[in-house]
Amino acid sequence: MPYLVAVLLLVLWEVLNRLTNISSVILPAPSTIFGALVRHHEVIAQNALHTFITAMIGFGLGVVTGVVIGFATGISPEIYSSVYPLLVAFNAIPKVALLPLFVLWAGIGVVPAVLTALTLAFFPIAVNVATGLATIDPEMNDLMRSLGARRDEILLKVGIPRAMPFLFASLKIAISLAFVGTVISETVASNDGIGFLMMSASSSFNVPLVFAGVFVIAVMAVAAYGVCSLVEQRMVRWAFRVQP
Amino acid sequence: MNAPVVALTGASTACSRPFVQLNNVSLSFGGPEGLLALDQVSIEVSAGEFAAVVGPSGCGKSTLMKLVTGLLPPDSGTVCVDGNVVTQPIKCVGMAFQNSTLMPWRNTLHNVMLPLEIVQPFKRERRARRDEHKARAERLLRAVGLGEFGSTYPWQLSGGMQQRTNLCRALVHEPKLLMLDEPFAALDAFTREELWTVMQDLWLRQKFSAILVSHDLREAVFLADTVYVLSKRPGTVIYRKRIDVPRPRTIADSFEPHFVNIVHELRDKIMQARA
Repeated sequence: MPYLVAVLLLVLWEVLNRLTNISSVILPAPSTIFGALVRHHEVIAQNALHTFITAMIGFGLGVVTGVVIGFATGISPEIYSSVYPLLVAFNAIPKVALLPLFVLWAGIGVVPAVLTALTLAFFPIAVNVATGLATIDPEMNDLMRSLGARRDEILLKVGIPRAMPFLFASLKIAISLAFVGTVISETVASNDGIGFLMMSASSSFNVPLVFAGVFVIAVMAVAAYGVCSLVEQRMVRWAFRVQP
Repeated sequence: MNAPVVALTGASTACSRPFVQLNNVSLSFGGPEGLLALDQVSIEVSAGEFAAVVGPSGCGKSTLMKLVTGLLPPDSGTVCVDGNVVTQPIKCVGMAFQNSTLMPWRNTLHNVMLPLEIVQPFKRERRARRDEHKARAERLLRAVGLGEFGSTYPWQLSGGMQQRTNLCRALVHEPKLLMLDEPFAALDAFTREELWTVMQDLWLRQKFSAILVSHDLREAVFLADTVYVLSKRPGTVIYRKRIDVPRPRTIADSFEPHFVNIVHELRDKIMQARA
């Protein structure tokens, strides 16, 4: 069904475009965009790969920092209640505002893109892991304590398994954000990547190529989301109430 | 089955005979100046005895459970279990709550085996005696009629089956003391009565001491040797009743005049307590 709707939307777009005879500098038709995609496929592929790798590095580092910070925050209710508001405050900062700093520290190129992707991606992971760990059912806690379980045993047998669905759900969100961060950074501070390609295409009024870039990013982000979603369903089948 | 060889730890200093003894225990929430929940409660449960605590809602029944197991310390008075004063969470106690608190990521068998991964000496032997532990859990599941359900997950079980699993988990490590906090309250009437019989069978077989907290008087009379009636908050024991109905009791027994009279007698006491 979603494929059908997507195709219908594209057809509608194409038809309206032809009827209104709108200039392709303003809004190119899907067929024109597809043409640009084919014509420039080499340069697109090269830059897409660059963006993909950058986003994956940012995502990977985001997972590591997110899990570490989330774990440290969720490990005790006291730390959770004092650190969680700070995490939220940090998340309220528009990450684009940090970009000039990243460029100042690291110059233009891959590094600021990785850093932007990381700062965007780590947050949902940290918050979810912390919440999963810190919100153990009090009765479950009593039960474990009445069996004589130590804190680390409660964490291992209850906290961590319980946090897993939270972690995997956050990965889907984080990976999309990693692409957002990478492309934003590339548009202002890079000479490579889809973001850079779109910026240079738009400055030469090659609007079909800009749209081709948008299309490629969308495909990559959706595919990455799909992979995360599959991993999630594999890893925490019980949370989906599927018999493993 | 073998007698449990697990020593109760988390307790110190000797005190006198009965297996569980509460001596003038008081507890307030929010410190000694706060809301008084239990006032000078004294209860004695001997080894192998089944006791029940009933009372109007909010009388501190659940608080009592936490006191006995050492999850909460009393403000005054002493709690003794197995000859020792309870000062921190005691070990080798089985607990079952109204909410079955099964772990959704574990199947029924592994949920039941959870205490064997935590309580000594089972924990130490869990690799060497893996098959034995598994057999023990499976035996219990068969005893409650869940023999075929070892590999199912909690959400695939009905509420009654979840509570059966919960009882198995509470008993798998053969605790000397079983604490039941309204474990059948959320079930329908027929399932509840069925589980009373299951509970009685398990108790007759293993002969642990048990304390049941309940607001269902028929349940308390059916299962217990002794019923304690608590007053409304602050909870204090206002009545103690030995139940002399012979064992094993059947659901049909619970409609006999003698049984019904006991229930009415307890009911009158609670009505007075609520007034």
